[in-house]
Amino acid sequence: MIIASNVSKRFGKLKVLDDVSVTCNKGECIALIGPNGSGKTTLIKSILGMVVPDSGFITFNGKNILHDWEYRKHIGYMPQIGRYPDNMSIGQVIEMMKDIRHAKGVKMDEDLVQSFGLPALFSKRMRTLSGGTRQKVSASLAFLFNPDVLILDEPTAGLDPVASEILKEKITKEKQKGKLVLITSHILSELDDLVTQVVYMQDGKLKFHKSLQDLQKDTGEEKLNKAIASIMLRKP
Amino acid sequence: MRKIIKYVIADILRNKIVIAYTIVLLALSLSVFNLEDNANKGLLSLLNIVLIIVPLISIVFSTIYVYNSSEFIELLVSQPLKRKTIWLSLFLGLAVSLAIAFFIGAGLPIILYASSTTGITMLVIGLMLTIIFVSIAVLASVTTRDKAKGIGKSILLWLYFSILFDGLVLFFLFQFADYPLEKPMVAVSALNPIDLGRILILLQLDVSALMGYTGAIFKDFFGSSLGITIASTVLILWAVLPLLWSLKRFNAKDL
Repeated sequence: MIIASNVSKRFGKLKVLDDVSVTCNKGECIALIGPNGSGKTTLIKSILGMVVPDSGFITFNGKNILHDWEYRKHIGYMPQIGRYPDNMSIGQVIEMMKDIRHAKGVKMDEDLVQSFGLPALFSKRMRTLSGGTRQKVSASLAFLFNPDVLILDEPTAGLDPVASEILKEKITKEKQKGKLVLITSHILSELDDLVTQVVYMQDGKLKFHKSLQDLQKDTGEEKLNKAIASIMLRKP
Repeated sequence: MRKIIKYVIADILRNKIVIAYTIVLLALSLSVFNLEDNANKGLLSLLNIVLIIVPLISIVFSTIYVYNSSEFIELLVSQPLKRKTIWLSLFLGLAVSLAIAFFIGAGLPIILYASSTTGITMLVIGLMLTIIFVSIAVLASVTTRDKAKGIGKSILLWLYFSILFDGLVLFFLFQFADYPLEKPMVAVSALNPIDLGRILILLQLDVSALMGYTGAIFKDFFGSSLGITIASTVLILWAVLPLLWSLKRFNAKDL
């Protein structure tokens, strides 16, 4: 569904993405793992067209995404740090997104808005929100338009255990509907029961892309956390 | 596109600076017209306000606004929208709200007190300058990542167009006083939209006689319909070219 071929990107002297190629298919739940600054967010932003790669290309359903914008209809994106217009309220932001993005025939999915209890906070201004509430808004917006692909950058960071559990349940539910889910996270233990594939990145390079079973077989570890740790130690 | 413009304008109206700008302009123009019996004298006083304040407010406000909406832009870029749509909507939202502010603040008094050709020329020039400086502002802000640097750049650009440029032209004229520079001056004036605006308005006011032989050349050139057409085209180019350039930069920008 999403194919990145030889994508490279520099920010000044720093090579953030170095010849990254990856294929993501429908129904998969891919964990994008790597140390801080390994290029995970840049890869995600390249897929979204927010960052334009220096070389290489990315296709979505067989179409090059460069200069295309319609493909983003099929993507729900939850940023690592959600930034919203300060003087708008939660309700206004959600209304605005609905107004801008609403397409005919698409049923809106307000599950998360409801289960996070956002309607009670609708009149709160974005500037006054805590990091966790902000994450809740980001998550609700990512799922709101029932997209085929979900790209979640550190989805559970800053969420309390209850909210985090709600979000995980929601992700599992969407995965079962055959959607592609792409997650980055540092808290690996959270991903154990969600993930089917693991992509490991380091210093802008894609080190490996394996299914969870293969990874468990190779490392002899049952838990994702330990499997990754043993790989990080093996290749210093 | 209409939807995004709607949100931009609603947001601009909410932060009240534009409303304050409208009221200040309105107060200034009403007092200027009420102090003078002769509407033309009033227009002459208003001329300096239009040529100094309007570009300054347009460029500084727009630059700061673009930086402050970085969150809004980031939010929209990850949505199924063309970057072109986002950027043009931002530009149009700014240009339309500042143009309306100018129209209510200075345009209505002009129409009420001095609806001569001169008055209408000033009204049109004021609107054009608003759009031109919004366009320069969006270019300045897209080419600079740092907010303080970007605002500094805008203020320098304004300083250049409203003060430094005239100084440079005068210096140039004195250095080459022995040569016939009247005709090249017409071309030089196209390099600065504020000067071009000033010349077009002054010619209407019939004070061009004060400008000597250069004034006569100006009158001859800008008085003809060809001259007016060329001057208007140049002003439109001043609005369109920076905008197109900024659009090109925005399309390739990493967010």
